[in-house]
Amino acid sequence: MIPLPPSAPPGVLTGEGLCAHVSCYPTREQYVELVRAFKDDGFEMCVDLCAVDYLEHPDRALPPGVARTRFEVVVNLLSLSKRQRVRIRVQAGDEPEVDSLFELYPGTEAMEREAFDLLGVLFRGHPDLTRILMPEEWEGHPLRKDYGSGRVPVQFKEAPGPR
Amino acid sequence: MSDDTVRTVERVELLTAETSEGVQELQRRERTTATELGREVGAVLRGDGHTFDPNSVDYDRRDDETMIINMGPSHPSTHGVLRLMLELDGEFVLRTKPVIGYLHTGMEKTGEELSYVQGATNVTRMDYLSPVINELCYSMAVEQLLGIEVPERAIWIRMLMSELNRMSSHLVWMATNGMDLGSTSMMIYGLRERELILAFFEKTAGLRLNLNYVRPGGVAADLPDGWQDDVQVICDTIAERTYEYDQLLTGQPIFRQRLIGVAPILAEEALALGVTGPLLRSTGVAWDLRRAMPYLAYDQVEFDVIVGTFGDNFDRYAIRLNEIRESIRIVRQCVDKMPGGDYRSQDPKVTPPPRARIGESMEALIHHFKLFTEGFHVPAGEVYLPVESPRGELGCYIVSDGGAKPYRLHVRAPSFVNLQAVPLLMRGGSVSDAITCISTVDPVMGEVDR
Amino acid sequence: MALEDLQHNFLTGQLEDLVRWARRASVWPASFGLACCAIEMMAAGAADYDLARYGMEVFRNSPRQADLMIVAGRVSQKMAPVLRQVYDQMMEPKWVISMGVCASTGGLFNNYAIVQGVDQIVPVDVYAPGCPPSPETLMHAILTLHEQIRTGELMKRRTSGRPTAVDSRQSPWTPDVPVAVRMGTPK
Repeated sequence: MIPLPPSAPPGVLTGEGLCAHVSCYPTREQYVELVRAFKDDGFEMCVDLCAVDYLEHPDRALPPGVARTRFEVVVNLLSLSKRQRVRIRVQAGDEPEVDSLFELYPGTEAMEREAFDLLGVLFRGHPDLTRILMPEEWEGHPLRKDYGSGRVPVQFKEAPGPR
Repeated sequence: MSDDTVRTVERVELLTAETSEGVQELQRRERTTATELGREVGAVLRGDGHTFDPNSVDYDRRDDETMIINMGPSHPSTHGVLRLMLELDGEFVLRTKPVIGYLHTGMEKTGEELSYVQGATNVTRMDYLSPVINELCYSMAVEQLLGIEVPERAIWIRMLMSELNRMSSHLVWMATNGMDLGSTSMMIYGLRERELILAFFEKTAGLRLNLNYVRPGGVAADLPDGWQDDVQVICDTIAERTYEYDQLLTGQPIFRQRLIGVAPILAEEALALGVTGPLLRSTGVAWDLRRAMPYLAYDQVEFDVIVGTFGDNFDRYAIRLNEIRESIRIVRQCVDKMPGGDYRSQDPKVTPPPRARIGESMEALIHHFKLFTEGFHVPAGEVYLPVESPRGELGCYIVSDGGAKPYRLHVRAPSFVNLQAVPLLMRGGSVSDAITCISTVDPVMGEVDR
Repeated sequence: MALEDLQHNFLTGQLEDLVRWARRASVWPASFGLACCAIEMMAAGAADYDLARYGMEVFRNSPRQADLMIVAGRVSQKMAPVLRQVYDQMMEPKWVISMGVCASTGGLFNNYAIVQGVDQIVPVDVYAPGCPPSPETLMHAILTLHEQIRTGELMKRRTSGRPTAVDSRQSPWTPDVPVAVRMGTPK
């Protein structure tokens, strides 16, 4: 497990992570500061940003002291120079809203749009938070656990109708 | 059809309204905010390391001086259903916005409803040009959560199939890239070579494409008898044909003029955008997961990591051509060094019993039944496991709640992130350069949209 | 020279038969490859399984010039109106082959995102099963379509309203032309 970078905000909880050198659990306020600290410390690339809906698995393993919420945003950072990976899991709230990482890593733009589209997580400061994968008039966020997954009749005005 | 009564003009308007995607499309300048304009222009990062300067965007253009053109989603460049909206000043591209989602399949949602054994069938259809590597990523992630070891032979078989898949993916790329640039014979050659590899896949796994071969615990079946000869034939044929491609394309002046110096990208811009794979290596950053953070048995084979210099289209072409040759090297070493042993883990929690025992033993029958109806349970936890796919870093993030199905399956698709570099690459080029630029970024829409 | 001496240089037939022969011998597909099936469709058009022998290797990019739409791949909710638009732009007579299980019924993906069968949007003439169907299966579907054109069953579509869809698997018809396909591994 590697230590946090020197400019990290104080009081960030850490733990072990599978296939990561450290797994951090900041609060929403510490989130961008922590990512900036990692970026200044040599983590040049933000590899992945996704969100998870823990509605049906609320008792997941978290270090003591982390205030668990329904939604979580998971960020994976990579340092090419040091060959290290870091995972950051921030509890995004039951009505999920976190700050956007676009200013630090422009490559998170499409990934945050996808998290918004499929799970409804709002990102403050994102330049263009619109749907990316679903059609524009779609209602609902499909990857949420309370969104049904079954067969849907085709939503298209000119269709002759189901057989 | 019943629409004969509707006037043609109204029908066209109805149809256009149906296919419009609202704010996801490129909007006219007066309706676009400054930040969004900067992003669409591609002014992500100046080479000196500062974040983008909004004043460097050409604000003085008015909406009536430029034209917004729509390319796709159904267009001849065979890169799938990508819709590109371009703002043109004459022939030159100012802004670009890729509109994606036309192949969105809900695979992450489907993944939550399939057991861990079935999951490979779902994940394999994301990047449909390199299915084995998708399955490899998923299976390795599941094995990390399970905490089981995979036997040596399975590791080397997986490596062999991955490298063959990398070769076939790069051959499809060379075929489609050649066709985009006008060389239809390259299309035929690339697909002809690929048929050799697909015939081997069919012999081993039963399917040519989307083979459900690499599973958590090992591989589905052992390599067939005489596989060494088949693979030698593949290697020898393709190795000598890559030199024919050099003769056809690499030195050819028109090909070079269309690719050299076109769509360059800097290393800092690539890293900021999260770009990986040949697109990143073309800028000079020698980052290949097989060498930097080795998995499977890549630290026991010798191969070179191909790196470009200028970050332009020609570098990406040369990198992929040479990666075919490096993959041939790795495959030959796999043939020499393939160990014996089991082709899948013998751990009874993961592996069903041999078919012959099912008729004899009640426990074997029950075990087989439980494994194939309910599936094996994976301990709770989460893992993010990356591998090097032909397009970049393919990662699989699985959250397990202790059940027989993943709680959350998220795949980090390299093409999804690489597409963010497209506005940057296309700015200032002409429309024909836009085609070659998309071609060398090599997006596979199945994994972009998932 | 009497007229009887020229008998080998004339071809006579019913007008409908000649029109059907012309139509089936040069069906030009519109390129509508979506996903994995598109790769198999490209492989069917390439060297080893050659579609040029049926006069079909030209995939027309403009739907105005195409006769056949091979829907190759999964059709998502966002793509459905685009599919209909391309189909409407094709000129009569036009045919549709639904290639693969995703286009025929939704396939593996029975969820919110995929249209469960492209025949909810366009009338389909031949369904080709497989995931993905190998090029041989696609060629069988194409030859089934050619047979339908030859016997003129498809001409009945406009008068009766509903199209007559034929399932390629259930058809007992086998082609009476030599179909040179390669089975198994290369020599």
